[in-house]
This record gives sequence, structure tokens and C-alpha cells, in this order.
Amino acid sequence: MQPSNPNPGSLWQKLFGDPIRAFGIVSALLLALLAIAPAKNYFSEWRHYQKGYLRMIRTRGEAVTLQRHFQPGIQQIWHPEIGVTDRCASCHVGLKEASLTDVSLQPYRRHPVIPHSTEQYGCVICHRGQGAATTVEEAHSSTLAWEQPILPSRYIESGCGQCHRASLESTPQLNQGRALLARYGCVQCHVIKLPDGGTMQATQDAPSLSHIADKTTREWIFAWLKDPQAYATSATMPNFKLKDEDIRDISAFLIANSTPVPGANAPPIAQKASDPAAGASLYGESFCASCHTVQNAAGNLVGGNVGPELTRIGNKAKPEWLRAWVRNPRLYDPKTEMPHYRFTDQQVATMEGFLLAKSDSDFLANAHLDPATPEQVAHGKSLVMEYGCASCHEISGIKKPENFAPELSRIGSKPVSQLIFLAAMPHSLPDYIAGKIRQPRAFAPGLKMPQYSFTPAQIDALTTALLAQNDPAQSLPPSVTIPLPAASHYRPAGKAGQIMADLACFSCHAINGRGGDMAPDLAWEGSSVQRKWLEDFFRNPGTLRPALIRRMPKFNLTNEEITTLSDYIMTAYQTPDFERDSLPDSGYSATQVEQGRQLFYSKYACQSCHIVDVKADKGYIGPTLTEVGSRLTGAWIYHWLKNPQALRPGTIEPNRNLNDEDAKSLTAFLTMQKGASKKEAKK
Amino acid sequence: MKMKELFLAIVGLCLVSAGTGCARQSAAAAGPPPAASGTVIVESSGGKQIGATGTALPQPVVVQVNDEQGNAVTGASVSFSGAAGVSFDPPRGLTDSSGQFTTTVSLGEMAGRYQLVASTTTKTQKKVDLKIEEVALDYHRRLGQLLDDKYCSRCHNPESTPERVSNFDNLEVKPHAFTEGDVLNRMSDADLIAIISHGGPALNRSPIMPPYGYTLSKAEIQALIAYIRMISDPPYQAPGMVYAQK
Repeated sequence: MQPSNPNPGSLWQKLFGDPIRAFGIVSALLLALLAIAPAKNYFSEWRHYQKGYLRMIRTRGEAVTLQRHFQPGIQQIWHPEIGVTDRCASCHVGLKEASLTDVSLQPYRRHPVIPHSTEQYGCVICHRGQGAATTVEEAHSSTLAWEQPILPSRYIESGCGQCHRASLESTPQLNQGRALLARYGCVQCHVIKLPDGGTMQATQDAPSLSHIADKTTREWIFAWLKDPQAYATSATMPNFKLKDEDIRDISAFLIANSTPVPGANAPPIAQKASDPAAGASLYGESFCASCHTVQNAAGNLVGGNVGPELTRIGNKAKPEWLRAWVRNPRLYDPKTEMPHYRFTDQQVATMEGFLLAKSDSDFLANAHLDPATPEQVAHGKSLVMEYGCASCHEISGIKKPENFAPELSRIGSKPVSQLIFLAAMPHSLPDYIAGKIRQPRAFAPGLKMPQYSFTPAQIDALTTALLAQNDPAQSLPPSVTIPLPAASHYRPAGKAGQIMADLACFSCHAINGRGGDMAPDLAWEGSSVQRKWLEDFFRNPGTLRPALIRRMPKFNLTNEEITTLSDYIMTAYQTPDFERDSLPDSGYSATQVEQGRQLFYSKYACQSCHIVDVKADKGYIGPTLTEVGSRLTGAWIYHWLKNPQALRPGTIEPNRNLNDEDAKSLTAFLTMQKGASKKEAKK
Repeated sequence: MKMKELFLAIVGLCLVSAGTGCARQSAAAAGPPPAASGTVIVESSGGKQIGATGTALPQPVVVQVNDEQGNAVTGASVSFSGAAGVSFDPPRGLTDSSGQFTTTVSLGEMAGRYQLVASTTTKTQKKVDLKIEEVALDYHRRLGQLLDDKYCSRCHNPESTPERVSNFDNLEVKPHAFTEGDVLNRMSDADLIAIISHGGPALNRSPIMPPYGYTLSKAEIQALIAYIRMISDPPYQAPGMVYAQK
């Protein structure tokens, strides 16, 4: 017995009374403690929701079926290879019940039909949140231990983008976001590494500024830098919110730094005073509006977005430059998407007059600049480097900066704790990204990211695309991802290739995976059309679709060029699926033709969408077929009728599963439609 | 003793509820005070739109407040409310110089029809309501909408846009617009699948409707039907949903 504890028995007794009673108290305490665990389990949230589910299904007609499908207890989807441990179905009990689509009481509604099963991929991979959690708060919201809350449904397509690296028809928002990242130069400053290797590439090169003094004046550069959208509402260039002195110096530097390009200026053309309407009709005939947009009197933009907006081009372009550009744009910019139109001198003069008249007398009213001093030029150069202008624009003497802005390859997984939020802004990653795009300069003084003028829908799309750039996307195994197809660098060879580059065919047409989507894919054009029609079309391109506004311009090609192009197209662009000569282009029996006519008008009602007889038919969707017999080959018509999607994936002409006989008869009827030759006969 | 405790608790509860009541009232009155008041509230534009879940509708909702003579009232108060998850930007305010109030509406996270209520207060402090309906599409039905846009709407939608001219007027037999609930709601899912897959003749109708069963997948046709059912007006009621009465 130790002196420091002289009488333990007495203390014990003081506290608990006699030992037997003490034993009783401690046992009761222990029992109570033991009961806590099962009680906690019994009163858990998920059990509450499962009970609620059972109560709900009792009131429904299919209660027995639902009851049979119901499995009590924690439900877990576990796929360690893709990092999925999801217990969401413990509360979301009706996820897979087809009949529960009308339930408005969550968490019991059926999941909307998607191309994947939740069994295979779990929930968190698309919706985010904490899959292993079994309480609403922990699963859905940011908590101390886990800060990835449920993704708002407006960004849900970002989930698709983690595995699907190429654009998907069913994710328009994600596609739009990715296209905007590439088009608006985001990826010029921010590196976005793709999970398959490589980086996201810009789809549009900003114009080179190395020769800008050829093209425009210092005053225009000043006004443009002050507010690009004031010059053109559709301008891609963002607003850098620069001070007037800074813009003055940048414009001084750009003009001083510019070197002339031989051939980029042309002397005035001695022309007759041309009819003012001639310019508008030449602009229309040349289908400039397919690529360039112009703001009309009502303030709406009319035209395409391949080239720059031309609403105030007269304020920008120097006449001598514009003249040379319209005559042959490739002299100033060999890589331009603009075709070389081969205009006559008279046409160049008409176009020049028409375009120069597109100006706004107020636009340059406030741009009065004194001659530049060397200090201003030097300061301008340092500003150009500071703001990273060379990230997008080629500027002689300045290298494209590397890693100019933070890398965004994993921005979609950036921890919220590393973000600085604005006051009154929800503390979530999507809100942060959208806020940064909406008002980049608000986040801290001295930030350089410029102000874009995106619409709310575009900001949502961009946020969706950026959220798809996250940790899971970088680490998902190849077995579940669909990689981006390799970019095509196809270039046609020889003389025809040179002509095609000169005409910028690839700005509108795609061939072998490269090119634009404005005009038809020409990969199999050689199997599709007849040579004579192709040559006539080059000479005088008409429209095949009455409802189509955009169409092929007339390029004033020489006979030799037409022969070269036709030779190349007829030889190089053939489908491997059938021989062009496997069916005749004419000479079918009269009975077969008549049978085809009946099938066309009665059984298949093709006249609903196509026109064969201009007087009777009104179909307005597909191409006009009045001359189809002199345009398309018999073999192409036959195989097209049998399976249009095989020849042109995504075409809206339905596959009607024709039998061989019907397809033959229709081919016979269609090859008889030779409208053009009839017209020639009349002449 | 016990009675006293109970009494205290009741008093406490009353105080708390009165407090929250006060807070709510002050929040409602937080906007600028109305300068005028009208007697009716009507929809100018933005009703019956089709949007996506959790996303702002493509067009803003515009309502107008009128007086007894039917003239627009400037400075009348308008407030919007909707089901849980619906948000308005701004949710309340005063009508502008043309008597209109414009708000951007984001629908909730669940697909379906949403009823929005726009209300204004009359001179006698009476609340006048206007009900506006909007539709939110989930992923599945948005897929249907994309397919409709690509394959169907050129004939089935009589409205033309500058980008796309409708073929509706050129057709001998007029197709039904997908919102025509009176007709389409009477057709079963099986009938719709048959007519989309095999064309008009499958149901003894015009061959002008071509078969899409070899062009679209079964899942795509299902998505299309889900979309058609969602946008039909009057709303579609699925058959076979027998609710046991308690």
C-alpha cells in the first residue's frame, strides 16, 4: 500500500457505494454504450429514405413489382479501376425503375435514360459529389473532408467529356465549349494538355501583325484596341481595357515594327464610274456572306463567321491594300482561308468601292494621334510583351511567349481551397470558372486576362468544357475512354493541289478528314458526279438546294484549271465501295423508268422532299432532282438509295431499306432526269 | 412546475415564429416601393418555352401590368415565384416605362413542366396572379429535341426561320406538330414507334412520312418519343398509371 493512495477503498465507496451496486452501474453504462452503434445505424438517413420509398410505392399500381425489385440495406457500385465507390442508390432507390419517371418526390425518381448504365460507371463520375457517403449532406455538399459538391445539371455534359475526347452528337454544349476554347484563343495563352497526349490547338490564327502598316492605319489600331467590339460586334478579339496612353504606344510600336510585303499594295485601277448596285450584286454573287458577316440596318448580323465582320471595313482597310487583297489575298497572307477569286480589274474596282463605302464616319472621330516618339515605340513594345499579344498574333521580333497564363489541363479538379472568390459569390468551382470568364479582371488588381463578350450560354458552354479537363479525365484507363481521332493533314498533290490551295477549297469542303463543314464532303466526289456536270459546275456553280442561302462562289477559272481539277477529282476521290461504271448512267428500259416513276411518287413519296417536275412537285428539303440524271452517276444513285448514311454519314435522307429491284427502278427513273440537256435542246 | 415549463416553451415558440414572420415580410418588401398599381398582369412573351434542366431558358420571360382600361402601367410591382429549384433573375421589381417586367428564368434540376406565377398587387392590396408554363428537358429528352431538329422539324414544324425554311406548306398531307397533344396523346407509344420506324403506311397513313427505323437506332426513337410526350399540349398522361386510392 502506498502512502500517496492511503485509502482507495473509501474513495471507491464514496463514489459508487458498495461494489455490487458499482458493478451494476458500470454494466448498465456499458450496455447503453453498446446500444448506441446499432441505434445510430437504425436511425441512419438512408434507412429513413428507404422507408419513405416503401411507403411511396405502396400507393402505386405496380407496387408488387417495385417491392420485388427493392433491396434493403446499403447499395454500392464498386469499380476500383475507374475509382468508383458509389452508394448513391442506397437513398436513390428508384433509379432503375422504368415506371417511376413521373415521380416528383426526390430521391425516388428514375434516372433519365442515358447511353450508359449506372451499374457500369456509377454516379459520381458524371455528377460529382462523394459517392462513398451515406448522408445527404456529405454526399451532396462541400464538407470539411470533401469539397467536391454535386455538379449543377447545367454543366452535366462535362462528365461526358472526361471519356469522350472527340465531339459527340448528343453533347452540343460540350462541343460548343471546346470549339470556343479553340476559336477564341483561350488555348494560345493557357496550355490545355489532352489526356491522350498533345495539347488543345487553336482553330483560328489571329492575323499576323508583322505587316499591319500595309493593311491599316495607326488610328484604326488605336480605336480597335480601345474597344474591338465597337468596330465589329462579332469581333473575336477581347477587350484588354488598356489606358489611352498605352494604346497610343502599342499602336506606335506596331506601325514602327511593320515591314511591307511586296505585292500587298496595288495602284488604283482606272475604272468607269460603276453602278452603285453593281457592288452589292457582286458581293452577293461571290457569296462573300457565306464567310463574312455584316450588320444590317436592324442591327442583326447577317453572314458566316469564317472571315472577319465587314460592317465598317472602310474604316479599317487602306484602299491600296484592299485592292491587292481582293485581287489575290495569298500575296499578303499565304495561309489565309480566303479564296483567290480571280476577279477582273473591273470587278476588283467594284468590290473595292463597295467595301470602302462600308464605314462609319464617327468611328475614328476620337483617334487623333501625334507622331510617335522612340520612347513611345519602346514602351509600346514592352506593353506588347507584357500583355502577351504574340501568344495569338505573329509579330516580327517578338517570340510567342510560353506558359504565359496558368495551365488549365486539370482546372476541373482544382480544389476550392486554392481559389479566391469574389464577395457574394457561391464558393464552388463551376461558379469560379464562370465568374473568371465573365469578369476576369475583377478577381485581383493587375490581372492581364482580357474581357471577352461572351453570352451567358457561351459562358456555360466554356465552363462545361473546362470542367471536363480534370483529374479523372487524365487518369481514366484507356479501356473506358474514346480518344480524339488523329487530326488529318491531308493535302492534295500536284498542280490540282496548288489550285485547290489557291481557291481555299478546304475552308468550306472537307476531304479525307480535313476541312470545313459548310459545304459537302468531297472525299468521294469522283464516284458521285459525272465529269461533264463537274466542269459545267466549275464554270457556273448553281445551287442544288432551293432553301440554301450559302453556296459555291464563281471563281472565274480558266479552262485549263477546270480540266486539271476535274481530272484530279474524278481520279483521286473515289469510294472503295463500288465501281463508278458498275451501273450505266442512262439507257434503262421504258418499263423500268415507268415503274421507278410510280415508286417515286406513290410508294416512297419522294416528291415531299425533292423536286423532279418543277410544276407539280414542291419538296423543299433535299436537292432538286430535275437534272440529277446529268449530275450523278447511275452507280452513285443506286448505292445512295440503298444506304445513304453509308456514303455520307449523318445525312438526313432516311435509309428506306429498299430491295434491289425498287432501287434499280428508281435509279432508272432518276437517270432520266436530265433537265440541263433539255434546256440546251430548246436553245 | 410542468405547466409553467410548457407555458414558457409555448411563449418561446410563438416569439420565434413571430420573428421569422417579420423577417419574411421585410424580405418581400425589400425591393423599391411600387409607384403605381394595375389590375391585371398579362404575358408578353417567354411562356411555353422548352429549356434544359437547371439552365436559363433561351428567352427571358416578359410580363405586362395593365389597368382597367387595358393601358400599360409603369412602376407597378411584379414578383415571380415557382417550384423549388426555379430561380429568377431578378425575382421581383417594378414595370418599366412600357409597363413590362423582364426576368431570366432558370428551371429546376428535374425534367418536366414548371408552373411559374407572376403576381402584382392592386390598389386594394389584392394579389393578382398570372400562371406561365415552361418545360425543362433532361438529357434524354434533349437528345430527342436534337433529333427532332435534325430529322423531323423541317416538315412537322410549320414555323420557318431565315436559316431553315419549313417544308410544311409544300406537303399534300399535313403532318402533326409535336405539340399537338389532342392528336398525339391518343396514340400509344407502340403506334408512335411503328410510324417512326416503318413510316406512315404502317398505320395506314400517308407514305409522305418515311420510315426512319433503318436510320435511327431504337434508343434514338425512344428519346424522340420521350421528347414528344414532354412537349405535348395539353400534357400527356401515360396510360396504365393506376393509383390506388387510400
